[in-house]
Amino acid sequence: MTHFPAAAKDAGMTHHDFSLCNTQLTARADGALWLADHDTLVVSDLHLCKSERFARKGRALLPPFDTRDTLTRLDAVLDEVSPARVICLGDSFDDVEAIEHMPDAEKLWLARMQAGREWVWIAGNHDAGPVELGGEYVDEVTAGSLTFRHIAERDAQAEVSGHYHPKHSLSGPARACFVYDENRLIMPAFGTYTGGIPAVKSPIRDLFAARAFAVLTGPRALVVPLP
Amino acid sequence: MTALPQIFDDWFASRGWQIHPHQRDMLERASEKALLLIAPTGGGKTLAGFLPSLVELADGTHEGLHTLYISPLKALAADIGRNLRRPVVDMALPIRIEDRTGDTSATLKKRQRVDPPHILLTTPESLALLTSYEDAPRMFRGLKRVIVDEIHALSESKRGDQLMLALSRLEAMCPDLRRVGLSATVEDPQALARELSPTGCAILNADPGPAPDIAMLVTDTPPPWAGGGASYAIPAVLEEVKRHKTTLIFHNTRAQAEIFFHNLWLANTDDLPIGIHHGSLSRDQRDAVEAAMVRGDLRAVVCTGSLDLGIDWGNVDLVIQVGAPKNVKRLIQRIGRANHRYNAPSKALLVPANRFEVIECVAALAAARDHDLDGDPKGEGPRDVLCQHILIRACAGPFDATELYHEVKSVGAYAGLSRAAFDDCLEFVATGGYALRAYDRWQRLMERNGLWQLRDPRAAQSIRMNIGTIQDTETLKVRMRGAGKPLGEVEESFAATLTAGDTFLIGGQIVRYQGIKEMVVEVTRSAAQNPRVAVFNGTKFATSTQLSARVLAMFQHSDWPELPRHTAEWLNLQREVSHLPRADRLLVETFPHDGRQFMCVYGFAGRNAQQTLGLILTQRMEEAGLAPLGFVATDYATLVWGLDPVEDVAPLLTADGLREGRDRWLQSNMVMKRTFRTAATIAMLMMRNTPQSKKTGRQATVSSDILYDTLVKYDPDHLMLRITREEAMRGLVDFGRIEEMLTRTSGRIDHLALDRLPPLAAPLLLEVGKIPVQGVARERLEAERAEALMKEAGLG
Repeated sequence: MTHFPAAAKDAGMTHHDFSLCNTQLTARADGALWLADHDTLVVSDLHLCKSERFARKGRALLPPFDTRDTLTRLDAVLDEVSPARVICLGDSFDDVEAIEHMPDAEKLWLARMQAGREWVWIAGNHDAGPVELGGEYVDEVTAGSLTFRHIAERDAQAEVSGHYHPKHSLSGPARACFVYDENRLIMPAFGTYTGGIPAVKSPIRDLFAARAFAVLTGPRALVVPLP
Repeated sequence: MTALPQIFDDWFASRGWQIHPHQRDMLERASEKALLLIAPTGGGKTLAGFLPSLVELADGTHEGLHTLYISPLKALAADIGRNLRRPVVDMALPIRIEDRTGDTSATLKKRQRVDPPHILLTTPESLALLTSYEDAPRMFRGLKRVIVDEIHALSESKRGDQLMLALSRLEAMCPDLRRVGLSATVEDPQALARELSPTGCAILNADPGPAPDIAMLVTDTPPPWAGGGASYAIPAVLEEVKRHKTTLIFHNTRAQAEIFFHNLWLANTDDLPIGIHHGSLSRDQRDAVEAAMVRGDLRAVVCTGSLDLGIDWGNVDLVIQVGAPKNVKRLIQRIGRANHRYNAPSKALLVPANRFEVIECVAALAAARDHDLDGDPKGEGPRDVLCQHILIRACAGPFDATELYHEVKSVGAYAGLSRAAFDDCLEFVATGGYALRAYDRWQRLMERNGLWQLRDPRAAQSIRMNIGTIQDTETLKVRMRGAGKPLGEVEESFAATLTAGDTFLIGGQIVRYQGIKEMVVEVTRSAAQNPRVAVFNGTKFATSTQLSARVLAMFQHSDWPELPRHTAEWLNLQREVSHLPRADRLLVETFPHDGRQFMCVYGFAGRNAQQTLGLILTQRMEEAGLAPLGFVATDYATLVWGLDPVEDVAPLLTADGLREGRDRWLQSNMVMKRTFRTAATIAMLMMRNTPQSKKTGRQATVSSDILYDTLVKYDPDHLMLRITREEAMRGLVDFGRIEEMLTRTSGRIDHLALDRLPPLAAPLLLEVGKIPVQGVARERLEAERAEALMKEAGLG
């Protein structure tokens, strides 16, 4: 049984601590999830090399700085928490071919971040194939009571997933957000070039019980009941 | 010189018509390379444009396309088609006329490319699309004339620039092409002629008819001190409607039109048939009003700029302009709507909405009498449109960059384009133009054997799907719950402010907001007398520079016999207590009122610029520790309030400081992001429509805001950001007008520290649209709101 947020009182703090199926979690304002007890950091939907794929497919020549920006922000989180393990929760790359075209500098950068820690790539729908970079490549992984996979499964218990890029707005523009109830958590997309779908709408809202919460990312994490 | 064939003479005679002198002139000079006809609304302008084509085509020897007609409105193209078929059928001329717009069926469009009609009626966007096909030269072979209707309206937007670029393509395919422009009265016909044809263009003027009879509506009650509703004038307006056959009642914004219409109906005890027409209403509803108008069933229509163009109503005999006209040219064009009876002067009444507008209306009347029309000189051809043009050119096949550059320079607005600026655009289109050269393998355009072409020819499909420069604001349809047809549309940002139970006006009805379902705003009927939320966003015109100058000049008179007494007394009082603003000095008043410290800056720079001034000023005041709380802006002044008095105003208003404040403020500003989205969409950095877009979900779309932030961070000199900054200066930010004010006053500031509210500033306190200063407070407000929601849910 999950304890409902005493964490609401922490609304003024940078991050939001809560527990899901007895595992303690920190939803960070930057969109990463921190499991202090397991020394594990989780980020979802990095969509690295998205601008490259768009260009390759002839769709648009977007500013090619997204990979650099995403890695910079990830690097900052790693610096802060120094996790023993990193889980990338799928759609880490916008497609598998993108890795091939990734500039060496960016590959080296990734390798440097991976050094000295366990690194898990979860398979996503965009990158459903082994990654030719360091780290382990799996469909699912567990930590504490929780199972980590890319796409939520309807009847799953104690599950953390990504894929949907949830967002939610209070009074201003919509922000990427975590969504959770007592059974599951869906993470925001961490990648720079990622859109989103409203957490209050199908299919995201349908995956949660009536009593559910959104944790907005931004300058600080803000938790609100999900309407 | 072309004579009118007998059959045409007979046709005119059979209808009891006489050919107008300007129609004959157009015919006689039909062989000239370029002609611009200036004629008042409804002066047989369109027939004047087509007559030479009909005559040239009458013998049935021409094969293929002869005349291309471009209209700013799809509906107008269809309407012209119907009107033109009448003489063709009556005289049994062997002429095929078809229209081609976004609404034309795919089958017909395909057929038109293989077997074009003699006369094709279309829009700038459809023409641009036609030039993108590889077989365009075949379709346009034999084209003799192109007629641009309502060219004055097209010229005011990027659609005009796109059109002129498309004409330069046609010119390359058909060197004998003759151009004809049809325009309403404008301030600078020479400029319009240069735009139509920089190498020379004759101007023909139709008889403008007798001078219009314009006056200000005098009412028993004086107008209120502030506001824009003009409801005080409703009884007088109803009297005028009764006295005339058909009246058009123009408003500057849709919201004002809705409110006025609502109040008019409450007072309309005689049940006079009065309709409403504006751009947010559904097509069906607008069609119904237009049809009723054509049948002569309506005594009045409350409307906005949506009736500025298009179909001529036969029997309008009075135009009422509610609210100061803001712009003399628009006023004259609107008055022209009542000019349909030969030799009868068109009649118009101005209704000032508040006391200050009385002054503005009087100034506008004087300007109209002097034929002193206003208009801002058109800037350089926009480069986002050029980027799109290069892509359209690439769709049609490989091209030589130098050849295209010279072709583009032949267009008036791009005559000053440097080769370097052109190459910048080509580079952007080809590679993205980023500081980080990432796309060498995936360029959009490649140079092969000296010719530029699409790397992947399949890209042509998505480019064609994104042609155009019209930016749809994000709007949502409004529908009665359970009923089928939409009532109209509201802007998304307005819908976002509604909560269940709110009532608002649309299409003259009060409705109650229920919720948003599948991107449709659902409403129910409401019996409420006073809608709680009465305003939705609409364009707010800024008073033109020329009109502002006239008002400032009026202030220098020693007395004002032309003004009603109440207004003249108000100005006299201001002169006693403070100063009246002058064109060559900047008047700033500071005074305490109701526990707050106020500062009023009379820049006379127009609403948008005064608003920008407010944003920059409050930012600078916050930095200086002057604790501003908010501000409000009108066309003539910005009023700022805060906790502390401003003792030294000059440092806040230095030109350098304002410019620096502007640059910092602009960086993160929503206006910039909106401007960027427009430019990025037109230049096709973002592809709104893609063949894939139906398949991929919204997760895959990257918002333009993120692209903007990324570019600002990593590539601040990128072409798109440079374009965005330039556009923002002219558009909503309108910093150009602040620059104009700074030059005009040149540091000569009159600061008057008063001990109480001065007369001229008083109405500003009553203005709606006060803008709170948020700054760092925003995060705290969000957090408080989050906490309140948790508490409400019993979780706090």
